[in-house]
Amino acid sequence: MELLLNITIYLPLLGIVAFLFIKGDEAVKWTSLGVTTLTFFLSLPLLFSFDVANSAVPQYVTEGSPIFAGMDIKYLVGLDGLSMLLFMLTTLFGPIVILSSWSSVKKSLIGYYSMLLLLQTASLGVFSSLDLVVFYVFFELSLIPMYFLIGIWGGSDRIRATIKFFIYTLVGSLIMLVALIYLGYNAGAATGVYEFTADWRFISSPEYTIGLVEQTWLFLAFALAFCIKVPLFPFHTWLPYAHTEAPTAGSVVLAAIMLKLGTYGLIRVCMPVFPNAFMEFAPYMAILAVIGIIYGALVAMVQKDVKKLVAYSSVSHLGFVVLGIFALNTIAVQGAIIQMINHGLSTGALFLIVGMIYDRRHTRMISDFGGVAKKMPVFAVMFMIATLASIGLPGLNGFIGEFLILNGAFFSTLYANKAYAVIAALGVILAAAYMLWMYQRVMFGPITNKENEKLIDLNGREIGLLVPLVIFMVWIGIRPVDFTQYSEEWVESYISITEEKSVAVLNETRTENIPDWTAKFYSVAEKQSDGNFVTLKD
Amino acid sequence: MESPTALVSLIIGLPLLGFFINGLLGLSSRDYREKKSLIGIIANFAVFIPFLITVYFFLNFSSDAGAIHAKLFTWIDTGGLTVDIAYQLDQLSLIMALVVTGVGSLIHLYSIGYMHHDPGYWKFFAYLNLFIFAMLNLILADNLLLLFLGWEGVGLCSYLLIGFWYTDMMKSDAAKKAFLYNRVGDFAFLIAIFMVFEAVGSLNFDVVLANLDAFSGDAIFWVAFLMFIGATGKSAQIPLFVWLPDAMAGPTSVSALIHAATMVTSGIYLITRMSPMYILSPEIMMIIAVIGALTAIVAATIAITQYDIKGVLAYSTVSQLGFMFLALGAGAYTAALFHVITHAFFKACLFLGSGSVIHTMEHVEHKLHDKGKDVHFDPQDIRNMGGLRKYMPSTYKTFLIATVAIAGIPPLAGFFSKDEILMHTANMGFGEFAGAMYFLLWGVATITAFLTAFYMFRLTLTTFHGSFKLPKKVKGAEKAEEYLHESPATMTIPLWTLAGLSVVGGFIGIPNFISKTFGGEGAINWLGAYMSPIAADIPLILSIPAEWALMFFATAVAAAGVYVSYRMYGNDNQAESDAKISERFGGLYQVWKDKYSLDELYEGVVVHPTVRFSDKVLAVFDIKVVDGFVNAVGGIVRLTGSLLRYIQTGIASNYALFLIIGVILVLTLLLF
Repeated sequence: MELLLNITIYLPLLGIVAFLFIKGDEAVKWTSLGVTTLTFFLSLPLLFSFDVANSAVPQYVTEGSPIFAGMDIKYLVGLDGLSMLLFMLTTLFGPIVILSSWSSVKKSLIGYYSMLLLLQTASLGVFSSLDLVVFYVFFELSLIPMYFLIGIWGGSDRIRATIKFFIYTLVGSLIMLVALIYLGYNAGAATGVYEFTADWRFISSPEYTIGLVEQTWLFLAFALAFCIKVPLFPFHTWLPYAHTEAPTAGSVVLAAIMLKLGTYGLIRVCMPVFPNAFMEFAPYMAILAVIGIIYGALVAMVQKDVKKLVAYSSVSHLGFVVLGIFALNTIAVQGAIIQMINHGLSTGALFLIVGMIYDRRHTRMISDFGGVAKKMPVFAVMFMIATLASIGLPGLNGFIGEFLILNGAFFSTLYANKAYAVIAALGVILAAAYMLWMYQRVMFGPITNKENEKLIDLNGREIGLLVPLVIFMVWIGIRPVDFTQYSEEWVESYISITEEKSVAVLNETRTENIPDWTAKFYSVAEKQSDGNFVTLKD
Repeated sequence: MESPTALVSLIIGLPLLGFFINGLLGLSSRDYREKKSLIGIIANFAVFIPFLITVYFFLNFSSDAGAIHAKLFTWIDTGGLTVDIAYQLDQLSLIMALVVTGVGSLIHLYSIGYMHHDPGYWKFFAYLNLFIFAMLNLILADNLLLLFLGWEGVGLCSYLLIGFWYTDMMKSDAAKKAFLYNRVGDFAFLIAIFMVFEAVGSLNFDVVLANLDAFSGDAIFWVAFLMFIGATGKSAQIPLFVWLPDAMAGPTSVSALIHAATMVTSGIYLITRMSPMYILSPEIMMIIAVIGALTAIVAATIAITQYDIKGVLAYSTVSQLGFMFLALGAGAYTAALFHVITHAFFKACLFLGSGSVIHTMEHVEHKLHDKGKDVHFDPQDIRNMGGLRKYMPSTYKTFLIATVAIAGIPPLAGFFSKDEILMHTANMGFGEFAGAMYFLLWGVATITAFLTAFYMFRLTLTTFHGSFKLPKKVKGAEKAEEYLHESPATMTIPLWTLAGLSVVGGFIGIPNFISKTFGGEGAINWLGAYMSPIAADIPLILSIPAEWALMFFATAVAAAGVYVSYRMYGNDNQAESDAKISERFGGLYQVWKDKYSLDELYEGVVVHPTVRFSDKVLAVFDIKVVDGFVNAVGGIVRLTGSLLRYIQTGIASNYALFLIIGVILVLTLLLF
């Protein structure tokens, strides 16, 4: 099984190697499809033999030896409850992404498919790495293929879009790198064995705690990098550009997989490693999340380009995920995890759908359409289901995530204010407004533009792309237990670890040892006069 | 019953199966779409068999044994939140299920004839089956969240069916409007669900209702209030009722099933289900009563001014729903449910009758087109009708019966249920809490009862009596009466069945005081006795003579409404009489005719400002400010870089100069 995990991660790279030996566009496409399909099937045993009851413990772990003496930086991969579903989402999207550009991309196919395959390996690597340096390497590696995908195969304004995307996210990650180096030395000292360690298992464990001052800076650095990636308001402006200029496959990967790297990082690193900062900053993060939910929805409502509309809707949806993460109770964090999957499925499907209509009409302007449902009934049904999933209709996946997040946020002791959940829930009304209005203008009404008379309904390949996504939308909507079970144990134990660690840190902290602002921010002075640090906000 | 799970799964599952069969086969095969009898049979049995199973459960139900529970599987289970896909059949849900599957079956049957020529026949039946599935989830759910699934599910079906003829932008607008107004209500409902879970830790009805003391006093009020807001969306009450009249854009059988008989009564069902909680908050009860009575009279006054046959019925529905909410607010949950039942009979009958009329009027239009005449008229405008009773005897008779029933003339169904509502409202007038207010509401409701009889007879008389107006009114439509015809049996059978039920339906709730007066036991109110374990009704404290007096008064009011209406509209004089009312009420009439301008208010105050703000402010802010800031940071870095470039001159003597300045600076700092 350990071997299988490694094969699954690197198999896509084998496809790139194969490109050296094969000729012809068809062969390149079929090789890519074959490799990603095989990757998906190979990943299934990992899911089926996953020990759900022990999901807090990484499984299928491959552990190399440290690459420098005294420095605990090593190849370390494995899957646990947090990463299992996201890993599967990535392998599922592999063949879908390859098939999505089957007939629309004609320029330098080898380069194009190499980038998609490299992206696949990088994403799988991020989700499975348990050494933070390896994590960082994969995290950065995923930037490069996306940079080229937008920059070479994108739309007319692709250069500007790709530079903005690249530099913006890179700035975030470089700050994270600095923080990571500091963290590594700090944690290394705590081991007593190494000078430096990046082993997440140790860093996140109750054995290792960080002082309040360091925690604050490190949290901010990591959170900034992740929030840019999410993207959380107000760091989101690269997203609409990148999405509108990216080719369909790029948009799908970006929405379905890459945005999750940010929210994934918030849970994986920020929560158990910087518990006090995580908890103190939670209300501020929630404010940004709620603003993002409403703001993203309102801006989405007035977009004239379907793709930009879907991009802004992502800002809104990812706001829900962040709101769930920082609520720090099992229901909300579970909701956030399942909502990452949901957003991948429904927004991935929506970008595929936009791509399908773009291939036919070479426009994405809402005003160019109208009455499409008459000409494309199957397309209309698929589009409707994805729309309903996106607006959180009960019975489909989106509802489960939103309900759990809002319910958890509603009674979150960290937020201690119902307003977050209540205002965020308004986003549910707005989502219905912008999605149904868009759907109406594109699909309903009479055909006013003669070009639309010629539209042909979906072909077999296109239906095949969407059907698996629709199946999962319904499946998660009806039986979410089948999915949430994977992360249940992980979430419960890491939330209690996070709380334990935060208490431990406060117990060790003496006001005279830390600057005033830190004492005030964490209310340590208050807690000391009680003589009792165990009373958290509960 | 040993294992009810299988049978319950059939009740729930068959409509879903019907949806999948007709939906998937219809979508994938053009040939299948033409097999109309097969499609119709599948869809009809998908509802009729569940109806039979429900009847079986109903007949075998014993109050002593209590509710039947059937758990299918676990839906959500995380962090202490456990919700099952599980159903419960008790007195309340069984009666609702009988109405939904029973009236649903009749309307499915009716639709075979009504939708026969529509190319979307398969899709129509798929949606209709899906609706029944969602509605059954709503009423049979044993927990709030599954109820909410049904709640939004029926909203979706309503959306799909209102916009059934989606190439017409007006119709898809109406569909979207219905969905969004419902979502506003659903938002409040959702918050209520969060509050329930926070207080009780479960969403199961039994658990929640057994642990009402877990709520603080304030929490009860807010939960009840927010759920009620949800109900005002789904059940079309002030302030959210404006979507329902527009919803008439859907096919008429949809209006009958969804927008009159079943879906719109969901709010009443919800509050009855939660009645042990509502009874704890007199404030919220009064709010519900006020909103209900206000909605009833507002909608009734609008109904007087309408010309669209379905429009009148739509406002009438809003008004009758208002009566039901008044009953809820008066603690008369059984009376509300009673009116839900009788209203389902007579209003479905009226809508299907109007469908029959529209069907024939459209037929006239098509025939005239076939004759090469370029005639266009509104087949729903009652001013084009008149005298139809000659041509459509069954439609006329059934429509008339239902009209008498809704008007509240004894002993038809509407009389008993409406009388009970008025009686309970007056009863609350003698209660401890806000008695004067309830007396006032009784007055409002009595006026509304008068108006109901009035506008319903205006509608019936104008449509069916007098002379057929179309030939004289519209050029080219001479001799159009030749094409008028009665509808086929698939349509008239449901009409007669519903008319029959409108006659006898009231006998399930004959007030007990009638028996007591004649020395009986006072146990003739079957529904009241049946519902007593579920509904937390406030008992009547009125004396028997007072009850008789109220009943006679209510009858007299209804009779007066019929009489006045007959005097004004019985002589083929709708135009003159409408003008007369308009003159009499002046500006007020205009307000009614403009529907109190609520649409304009919401559009002007909420919708347009939000869209404009998003478009002109937020979207610009996003590009200029948020993104502008990002670009500015990038710009500053570039600028700094290009300025620093000037220092890198490459001339050694310049570097030496900088070196010396640096040394001096460091020394200065060290020295002082």
